[in-house]
Amino acid sequence: MTRIQPAATVTPLHPAAPTAVERSGGEPAVVLENVCKTYGRGASAVEALRGVSFDIRDNEFFTLLGPSGCGKTTLLRALAGFEHVSGGVIRLFGQDIVDVPTHKRPVNTVFQSYSLFPHMTVSENVAYGLRRLRRPADEIRTTVAEMLQLVKMERFADRLPTQLSGGQQQRVALARALAPHPKVLLLDEPLSALDLKLRQAMRQELKQIQAETAITFIFVTHDQDEALSMSDRIAVMSEGQVQQVGTPTEIYEHPANRFVAGFVGDANFIEAEITSPIGAEVTCRTKGGLDLRANGAKARPGQRSVTLFLRPEKVRLAPKGQGTVDGQVETIQYLGNACLMEIGIGEAAPVLVSERMADVDQPRRAVGDRVGVVFDPRALQVLEE
Amino acid sequence: MANLPENAALRRTLALGPALAIIGIFMLIPVIIMASYSFLEAKSFGGVNWVFSGDAYVQLFYERMLDDSLRLSPGYLIIIGRSVALALVAMVCCLLVGFPVAWFIARQPLRQRNMWILLITIPFWTNQLVRTFAWIIILGRNGVIEVPFRWTGLLAPEQTLGLMYSNFAITVGLTYTFIPLMVLPIYASLEKLDFSLVEAGADLYSSRWETFSNIIIPLSKPGIIAGCLLVFIPSLGAFIQPDLLGGGKNLMLGTLVQFQFSTARNWPFGSAIAMILLAFVVVFLMLYARASRGSKSLEVH
Repeated sequence: MTRIQPAATVTPLHPAAPTAVERSGGEPAVVLENVCKTYGRGASAVEALRGVSFDIRDNEFFTLLGPSGCGKTTLLRALAGFEHVSGGVIRLFGQDIVDVPTHKRPVNTVFQSYSLFPHMTVSENVAYGLRRLRRPADEIRTTVAEMLQLVKMERFADRLPTQLSGGQQQRVALARALAPHPKVLLLDEPLSALDLKLRQAMRQELKQIQAETAITFIFVTHDQDEALSMSDRIAVMSEGQVQQVGTPTEIYEHPANRFVAGFVGDANFIEAEITSPIGAEVTCRTKGGLDLRANGAKARPGQRSVTLFLRPEKVRLAPKGQGTVDGQVETIQYLGNACLMEIGIGEAAPVLVSERMADVDQPRRAVGDRVGVVFDPRALQVLEE
Repeated sequence: MANLPENAALRRTLALGPALAIIGIFMLIPVIIMASYSFLEAKSFGGVNWVFSGDAYVQLFYERMLDDSLRLSPGYLIIIGRSVALALVAMVCCLLVGFPVAWFIARQPLRQRNMWILLITIPFWTNQLVRTFAWIIILGRNGVIEVPFRWTGLLAPEQTLGLMYSNFAITVGLTYTFIPLMVLPIYASLEKLDFSLVEAGADLYSSRWETFSNIIIPLSKPGIIAGCLLVFIPSLGAFIQPDLLGGGKNLMLGTLVQFQFSTARNWPFGSAIAMILLAFVVVFLMLYARASRGSKSLEVH
């Protein structure tokens, strides 16, 4: 596959864009400053975005992750220019684009429903943006061929979109959005309409295409697996606000708050009181009267009442009497490669444990078994309030 | 068992029977009657003599002089030309006004759309004659438009703007009467249009005009063509509007046909004009069939 050189295809510069908008090493691709969006007015007003601020770096695979209604799609539409923000600043490579109309933004979108033009063939669809930018005919021809090759659709160049499967339409939509070589590519849940296997294959491919084209991708999804597996960085959103921005590891291992911890993956939350001085490791007493050592890196000085957070796969099971605490298996979900169990340890909620089925002679658990539960003090984290 | 196919074919024909009968009785037979009358001799006071004659068609193009020689006469050709021209102008006016209206309705929230469609069709509930008379009050001498000019003294009492009894008045009448027939099919097309395609157009560097001409127009083409036909065909044969608003001096084909059957009592000539009208309609329907074949790929969608 040919590598698309950013220099080979000139980035779509329109008359309105200052020529200073060039790719430079340190400058962020997108800067959001206190972006707000309110729909409606008065009592029925809905705040879709409440002061969103963060940066997206150049050449980054950036994901906006959150449940439906969290504002991620509104934010994407504001970047594309389909929505006008109620307040704040959106900078694209330094230029404030809030008042730049959609068709003058060097940004392209892959729509959730693909939105291919039904009256144009695959290659006409891909060529569409380049035609509007008044590129020379031979350049359009080569770019279209290159893009169709990139998404492995060269055999379908003369088909109409209605003659393609969902996955194929998806590829054409991607090629069409990449063809003008935008400064930023926006992807609005593009994989949600595909079946599981295809979705997983497309994840790898999208990631690869992003690396090859060196275009900044902004990807919207509600699927945490998608976000974790593809992104360089993730912004987790909820109720119109950004909850945390970080790498997949930071988001998963060190969630900033209870929402992030609960939305990305499974989590155990244990209410407790700190009984030791605040430090890297603290001792906590749970509501159930259990004394646990925990990672206190995020505890505030003087804080007493805290929520402890623990991923199910960080909990180990041991024979009865050999763990941090003894418990009883309450439910078991067999997942094939792992078992998800709820183990009662006398706290308000049972502990969720994910045990990998890696060893051939691993003991089979059954409801009612008494087991030892081992908490690693480094994995049991005090959550930021 | 062996004759099952014939049986099936027979049954299919029988099942189609009622439909074929209706088409035959109500469409084919009248056209045949009309066609045959156009080749007969006129009786002096209406009706026909059953003698073959091409006179009706000769009369369309030639004038019979006193010495029985024929002279090319443009009179009826002018009327045909005026009919086609006015019908085309009315069609274009309907399109220019109707398309934005249809777009507006299609962009309303789902629940309000039906209300707007209802409002569009309300004029159909009143008599066409009455609605056409209303235009005389608006366009006519001392009408709604002229009165302000008189008050301000811009128009002397003996002067008139001359809006009535003109091609302009006929066009206004035709446009007004047939505009719902333009709005409805275009609305039906636009309603099915996925608005994210318009966003996709803007996203791919199309100005508003480019989005309109490259995406919205091609995707609503079936509706536009259907609307144009639905306006053009009845406009071509209209007789109320040219009669009332044209004042009888700007004849159109419809008025001419009506005149031949009522006042002039020349049934073969009236039939011949009707055949000419039919020929125009057939030509336009064939153009439509051709155009809709071109956009067939869209209907699969």
